[in-house]
Amino acid sequence: MSARGVAVRLLGAIGVLWAAATFTFFVQTLLPGDRATLILNQESGQTIKRTASELAPINAKYGFDDSIVGQYLHYLGGLARGDLGSSYQLHEPVARIIGDQIGPTIVLTVTALLFAWAISLVLTIATAKRGRVRSTLGSGFETIAAGLPHYWLGVVLLVVFAIDLKWFPVEGETSLSGLVLPALTLGIPLAGFIGQVTRDEFEKVLDQPFVTSARARGMGDLGVRTRHALRHAVLPGITLSGWALGALFSGAVIVESVFARPGIGQVLVSAANARDIPLVSGVVMLLAFVYVVANLLVDLAYTVVDPRMRTA
Amino acid sequence: MSAIQPSPALPVGGPAPSAAVTAAWVRSLRPGVILASLVVLFFVLAAIAPALLAPRDPLAIDLAASLRAPSAGHVLGTDQSGRDVYTRIVHGARQSLLIGVGATALAMAVAIALGFLSGLGGRLVDGLVSRFVEVLFSFPVLMLSLLFVTVFGPSATTEIVAVGISSAPGYARMIRGQVLSVRGSGYVEAARALGHSYPRVIRRHVFPNAMRPLVVVVTLGVGQSIVWAAGLAFLGLGVAPPAPEWGAMLDAGRNYVTHAWWLEIFPGLAIVLFALSVTTIGRYLQQRLEGGPAR
Repeated sequence: MSARGVAVRLLGAIGVLWAAATFTFFVQTLLPGDRATLILNQESGQTIKRTASELAPINAKYGFDDSIVGQYLHYLGGLARGDLGSSYQLHEPVARIIGDQIGPTIVLTVTALLFAWAISLVLTIATAKRGRVRSTLGSGFETIAAGLPHYWLGVVLLVVFAIDLKWFPVEGETSLSGLVLPALTLGIPLAGFIGQVTRDEFEKVLDQPFVTSARARGMGDLGVRTRHALRHAVLPGITLSGWALGALFSGAVIVESVFARPGIGQVLVSAANARDIPLVSGVVMLLAFVYVVANLLVDLAYTVVDPRMRTA
Repeated sequence: MSAIQPSPALPVGGPAPSAAVTAAWVRSLRPGVILASLVVLFFVLAAIAPALLAPRDPLAIDLAASLRAPSAGHVLGTDQSGRDVYTRIVHGARQSLLIGVGATALAMAVAIALGFLSGLGGRLVDGLVSRFVEVLFSFPVLMLSLLFVTVFGPSATTEIVAVGISSAPGYARMIRGQVLSVRGSGYVEAARALGHSYPRVIRRHVFPNAMRPLVVVVTLGVGQSIVWAAGLAFLGLGVAPPAPEWGAMLDAGRNYVTHAWWLEIFPGLAIVLFALSVTTIGRYLQQRLEGGPAR
């Protein structure tokens, strides 16, 4: 990719982030009622009408007495410095809360992505174009897996493998064996999605002339599948993975809830319940950032996997 | 969808189906599609007349019979207050389906407005709207929904609005593509050449033809919306228990999962079965209407 191409992509990415920040900011201002009242009521646990003298210090502290344009510029300036505001509920900077909690979530998300790729690749290599019965079984599994909601799959795995068979710890564990079920829960539906696109591509590639020529050179079937066909078939899956990171992350919120795993999900759900807007919008902004960066990386990964892209 | 008319480009509608055509259509139904239709029919019936399928009271508390495993008396078991799970799932169909249909309808309304604005509005408008849709699309649906719930507080209405708005960008993208391809098609050009006015061409040709594939998308969307809305409810951010609603039932059952699996498995199964059936029917319709690939 040329330097100019990289610069254009970067500018585009910054544009998307700016627009995402603007959108998030204006959703926050939609809040019915007065924000200072909300904060005071949260602190005291009561729902009462507040006097102007009570509200004034809160308004000053959070900058609510500023004009809307002033607040917007302040918000954008903060974001540029990595300041996501401070939580109404925990009275800590949102960036620090996220930083403290994100570790287990990243571990879960990355493991799930690896599981998803492993499952879908094995499935594709083993079942695509291997006769009617195998193909049907493979694509049937993919269709069902792709449609399973995390909250249900998680409970099924939990009940069967942790509660009934006792192979894995039931919940709240951050150990390696405690990671297996949550990561499978998060990975299996994604494996269904990746498998669907990879299979289509794989079947197309197996009809290509270079596959025939590889076979004519005496290459074995497994060799053709792994060395030639796979390389082409993973391309759409890679594109999908960029999008999937965002989906995986939000899936992680639910999976963490199912397995009572520590992580950003627990924080996010309690923040949404407590109507802690800065914390929720901070996580949303972080996700938009991850999405944008992931898609940049996907563009780069393309040039590595597909040499034809390097000259383009 | 009464606005849809047969168009010269897509010979799908055609004359009234003869007996032979109907017979061929019936023969093309596969067992999976029939099964899926039965499941959907069951839940639609449950939504319209729940008492017909489950005569008990979904809110009746019977503490003596709490947390009973599935048995002949209670086929799907009872919850912590002794309420019958099967009865609650049947009675929950109405609210769950309403949330799914409402969210899809809202998503479609927003998406149609954005998609047509983008597809017909010229380069500047298209650029602006497309960027806006692109930005919304960069947020995962669940995250955007969470933001809405945080701002407006949890309720069934918020659930509909949150899921509806959050899923609109995906549909808007697709509608824009449809509008652009219909606008560039031969029959639209022909209509313009015949001297029909711009609004008339849009109303009579572009709109109905761009909307045609949406029948399938709406079908798929209802299932997906129910899954997302139940996800919100599962996190405790939807309809409050003890209302019989599938997502709320999942939320309420979470604390008992270690010793009463049926409280989580069965309401979830209702969601999965419904969504999967709707998807199967949607795919089938897609194949019939557009001649797409068989799956």
